[in-house]
Amino acid sequence: MNRAIFPHKLLPYLLLAPQLAITLVFFYWPAGQALKQSLLREDPFGLKTQFVGLANFKRVLADPAYLNSIKVTAVFSVATAFISMAIALLLAVQAEKIIRGKTLYRTLMIWPYAVAPAIAGMLWLFMFNPSFGTLAYPLRQMGIHWDPLLNGPQAMTMIVMAASWKQISYNFLFFVAGLQAIPKTLIEAAAIDGARGFRRFRTIVFPLLAPTSFFLLVINTVYALFDTFGIIHAVTGGGPGKATETLVYKVYNDGFVNLILGDSAAQSVILMVIVIALTALQFRYIEKRVHYG
Amino acid sequence: MKRRFMLATAILGLAVVGTLPAFAKTQVTWWHAMTGANNEVVDKIAKDFNASQQDYEIVPVFKGTYPETLNAGIAAFRAGQPPDIMQVFDVGTGVMMSAEGAVKPVAEVLTEAGMIFDKSQYLPGIVAYYSRPDGTMLSFPYNSSSPILYFNKDIFQKAGLDINNPPKTWNEVWDAARKIKASGAAPCGYTSTWLTWIHLENFAAWNNTPYATKENGLAGQDAELQINAPLFVNHFQALADLAKDGTFKYGGRTSEAKQIFLAGECGIFTESSGGLGDIVKSGMNYGIGQLPYDTDAPGAPQNTIPGGASLWVFGGKSADQYKGVAQFFAYLSKTEVQTFLHQKSGYLPVTLAAYDETKKSGFYEKNPGRETPITQMLGKEPTANSRGVRLVNLPQVRDIENEEFEKMLAGEQTAQQALDNAVKRGNDAIKQALGN
Repeated sequence: MNRAIFPHKLLPYLLLAPQLAITLVFFYWPAGQALKQSLLREDPFGLKTQFVGLANFKRVLADPAYLNSIKVTAVFSVATAFISMAIALLLAVQAEKIIRGKTLYRTLMIWPYAVAPAIAGMLWLFMFNPSFGTLAYPLRQMGIHWDPLLNGPQAMTMIVMAASWKQISYNFLFFVAGLQAIPKTLIEAAAIDGARGFRRFRTIVFPLLAPTSFFLLVINTVYALFDTFGIIHAVTGGGPGKATETLVYKVYNDGFVNLILGDSAAQSVILMVIVIALTALQFRYIEKRVHYG
Repeated sequence: MKRRFMLATAILGLAVVGTLPAFAKTQVTWWHAMTGANNEVVDKIAKDFNASQQDYEIVPVFKGTYPETLNAGIAAFRAGQPPDIMQVFDVGTGVMMSAEGAVKPVAEVLTEAGMIFDKSQYLPGIVAYYSRPDGTMLSFPYNSSSPILYFNKDIFQKAGLDINNPPKTWNEVWDAARKIKASGAAPCGYTSTWLTWIHLENFAAWNNTPYATKENGLAGQDAELQINAPLFVNHFQALADLAKDGTFKYGGRTSEAKQIFLAGECGIFTESSGGLGDIVKSGMNYGIGQLPYDTDAPGAPQNTIPGGASLWVFGGKSADQYKGVAQFFAYLSKTEVQTFLHQKSGYLPVTLAAYDETKKSGFYEKNPGRETPITQMLGKEPTANSRGVRLVNLPQVRDIENEEFEKMLAGEQTAQQALDNAVKRGNDAIKQALGN
């Protein structure tokens, strides 16, 4: 890489300043606040403050509700990442086969990505509302007792579907790009050797998509962990019971509904550690393993 | 270059200020949580107040649900930008009361503005609920409500039930609900909003049974829940049993069940009297009855406790703004405003004059049942069990109760287990909130 030469010592810093300012104001400052808050015990209005050391962390980690939300988060993230990637891959492979109107299909596939999480949640909530949902009706006809308001697994299914649906577009885009990067000659050679469709996919396409898949796995996990708050808030509100209370939702609920700021901050610090670990993982592996053509 | 730019901005700013009318109105912001028909009432009251005088402008801002509004207000206070007036729901009262220094008592706002605040003009039970033990009124009771029973007359007729004789006790409700379901008049018999408020807090007061120790927390903050007493357990086991075959249908933790009733899915419905506006608007052929009571409770029915919300004033504002707030509260207390609020929304009038005025006008004869929420709240002198419920973290306790109810209604636990868990978890949460 060429070293850029700036005539002025100050100029590079000035050029970086806006980005640095954004990072400081929107990332470091709130993170610092969360760290500080996690060591304090404070009333909702911030009128009385007391330093309590690590007591908040101790209480959070001993709380059975917190362990429950770790389990809920694991189920939710694995299911969401798997379903959204599997369906996106299927659609991407199918979209490759289309000859006419390829661009149109692709454009249409990308639309759900532009839908705000809360709106995506409302959409699914309406479709599956036990009283007037258009899709709840056929479910009942099939003899399924559909009641996500009280049935935990059904509520979980609903948010997994809503969250996956929204993420399929993003995955689709990357899989399409990944598929296009696979040299046609390899596939043609396999075809000549007599490999049929699924075999070509299993032995050539899928392994060559591995870097894309791994990248998407990390992205989807992070998405399921942190970007799905709006969906959960709109669809289940963490209920029934605590069946859909993920880690992020619990941070919100403890901090903003129950007004226990110390516990909530301690939980967000734990989440921060998880994100940092995930990002480190992504950089270590993806930067090494991915070769873009 | 930069200096010249700033100068230009300053001049521009002056020009804008210069064009404002000489008598600039002082703005008073009012954060609220009213939706639907009740939101229209808020807008109308604000508009009429603004038209009634020259000096102040009340600006109502919708901030979401009750809990969301409270959180928005707290966050704004921490950021140093609180509104002047904030509507806080009944359960948030304990939270606001413990925030000495963040709020300014309404009694103080009124007296400082030179207004005579005569408590005797207000409905006693409501004012007492929003006052400090020494009698200082802390917040202005804007919308007080009481849970009542609504029923769909068409469904009642189809099921062969008497529309002039709605169920008075819970056992009668269960029977009527079973009849509705069995006769096919509706897919479900009974639904309810706010299980915590109606089936625990009001259930306790109405049946003269303690909800928590220390007079339900009014006599001391370190109260302990007592909601796993047999009366509660039997009541919730009945609900859980009815939920099994869909005779009782759960709608959600707050007022979601209103949609189920409005859609004609259930025949009987318990909900706040404040929900009346939307039911009237829907054009349903409805009837109103008193909140049912439990025949196993001696002395029931006692009285219901005030629900709804009150208006809190934040501290640290200018004297001029407080004057505006005081003027607005004085306007709200006017008989014609209170009668409008009461008749349009179903909330209780807060002044005795407005109540008398409505009585005299023959409104209750024309609209049978509309006096029910008032008579059931004021009918009897309140006891230690029925003055109200005040816990330092009642929103959180309600959350815990709701979680346990949902598990119970899903058939994962019995009523006894649900209420035992709620008591244990709720007591732990109260202790933690108090810092013990």
